[in-house]
Amino acid sequence: MTMDAEPEFPRVHRIGEAGLLIEFGDRLSMQVNAAVLAFRAALDAAAWPGVEESATSLKSVFLRFDPARVPHGQLEADLRGLLASRDWYGEGLPRGRSLWHVPVLFGGEAGPQLEEAARRAGMSPDDAVQAICAAPLRVLTIGFAPGLPYLGQLPEAFDIPRQTELDPNVPGGGLALAIRQLVLFPVGTQTGWRWIGRAAMDVFGQRADTPFPLNAGDEIRFEPVGAVEFEAAWKDVAAGHLVATREPIG
Amino acid sequence: MSAALRIIKAGPGLSLQNAGRPGFLDKGLSRGGAMDPLALAEGAALLGQPPEAALAVEMAGAGGVFRAEGADLLVALTGAPMAAGIEGARVAWSASHLLPEGSELSISGASAGSYGYLSVAGLDAPEILGARSAHLAAGIGGRLQAEEALACAPAPGPGGLMIAAEDRFGGGDIRVLPSVQTDAFDADTLARLEATAFRKDARANRMGARLSHAGDGFSSTAHLAILSEIIVPGDVQVIGDGAPFVLLNECQSMGGYPRIATVISADLPRVAQAAPGSPIRLRFVTLEEALAAREAAARHVASLPGRVVPRVRDPGDIPDLLAYQLVDGAISAHHDKDA
Repeated sequence: MTMDAEPEFPRVHRIGEAGLLIEFGDRLSMQVNAAVLAFRAALDAAAWPGVEESATSLKSVFLRFDPARVPHGQLEADLRGLLASRDWYGEGLPRGRSLWHVPVLFGGEAGPQLEEAARRAGMSPDDAVQAICAAPLRVLTIGFAPGLPYLGQLPEAFDIPRQTELDPNVPGGGLALAIRQLVLFPVGTQTGWRWIGRAAMDVFGQRADTPFPLNAGDEIRFEPVGAVEFEAAWKDVAAGHLVATREPIG
Repeated sequence: MSAALRIIKAGPGLSLQNAGRPGFLDKGLSRGGAMDPLALAEGAALLGQPPEAALAVEMAGAGGVFRAEGADLLVALTGAPMAAGIEGARVAWSASHLLPEGSELSISGASAGSYGYLSVAGLDAPEILGARSAHLAAGIGGRLQAEEALACAPAPGPGGLMIAAEDRFGGGDIRVLPSVQTDAFDADTLARLEATAFRKDARANRMGARLSHAGDGFSSTAHLAILSEIIVPGDVQVIGDGAPFVLLNECQSMGGYPRIATVISADLPRVAQAAPGSPIRLRFVTLEEALAAREAAARHVASLPGRVVPRVRDPGDIPDLLAYQLVDGAISAHHDKDA
């Protein structure tokens, strides 16, 4: 049994008087993130009385509870019991996830910083697109803005720092890259991440069904398309359709 | 015409608010909801409605002009006190009033605090993602605009009730618990945090409030090393310039600044309600004290229906007084004596 994570993890923190944060590492790795996703799935399946909500970040599980229904002592003891019951770092990803296929228009006006990002990664723009689309990327977490997925991890060549200036005004659907991750913006946003393309997916639409199509742990395979095909797909997205297709995995 | 509250003039910060939209943190959406939930519950108690269904027009800083259409409406005014009048006659705050069909309720700026609430019997709106609250930062709902009509029910009663509101509008001592990175600040820095006289920054909004102070910022050993983590309302982040920043209802769901403390839930509405420039001090308490305050706040909300009393001998009811109030913006002691 291998545990790459430091021995002081997982670690439980209190947040206010009705929140707990279970930290599985202090740096992002696919293994730490998988442990987070597996533990959250087990926590949700346990459905302990008084636990009202759970969520995940890149490296932690957060839960909100009602201390009038379950006291801290009991919940923390239950958590430690669940944590000790398995090697969460070796547990593997939970069931019930989806693999999404999402058309993307890379470069040009749809991704003005593709060339710069590719240069920093030491490759041509075409090779960068190929590398990004070569394998499905995991939805590591969702947050910052509603629906916004953090996707990764990209190959090490893409360990590009964020820009200190928030200059690009990335539109909804904008795909931006930094630190071996991609983010897909739900709405126009100023960002320090480098804007490389536009994805035909609305990650937060106020539709009656599937307002948030993605779940943490899902995977996305980006499929490069030309401008004409993208425009047609984007029209459908703008009309409220989920253009991306999904298949069950795990 | 069905009963409705027509917005004739809208202040800059009107939105529909209820208890919020918990349950979407895993999708990156903070719970939102009324910045002063107690005011929402006071409004429900004044209207004789169940608190869990409470929905009100939240008014940031200033109100507007509203007209009853299609029926007489029953309204309640709670939260940050604002000068209000019906057809030019001043009406009391923290009270319920009949707004006769066709008449106008005007609400001006807050004299204390930040968020006033206009509750209306039967006020309704479509649910978005399971709640009627606007979430301005997420683009859900949005600010209410002039000419909009809000669906209401005909007045179920005559109003004329009042409730004694606890003063929570001027900042003051705010109790906090240690948070994830509290230990990354040294003991001197934490002592200075508790000793510092902060003022609530004027740029506060539904997402958060910066606490300003004279002197050095609060620095930690964690400042550069933090991977973005889930954050929740109440968390006190130390932002880039070293100032504490209290996250409020519409905060982002993840943040990378170190958290020096978390405001206890019972005191968070005091931070939200504090008028710009209000003094604020932070004081660490134990979990037991925080839990006791949480229970006391819940008991207080549950007791509200029993605290509603008929409004008697309120100077605000005396029409002569009202005329003076509207002419010169002040009530003289002379007229108070007449009342």
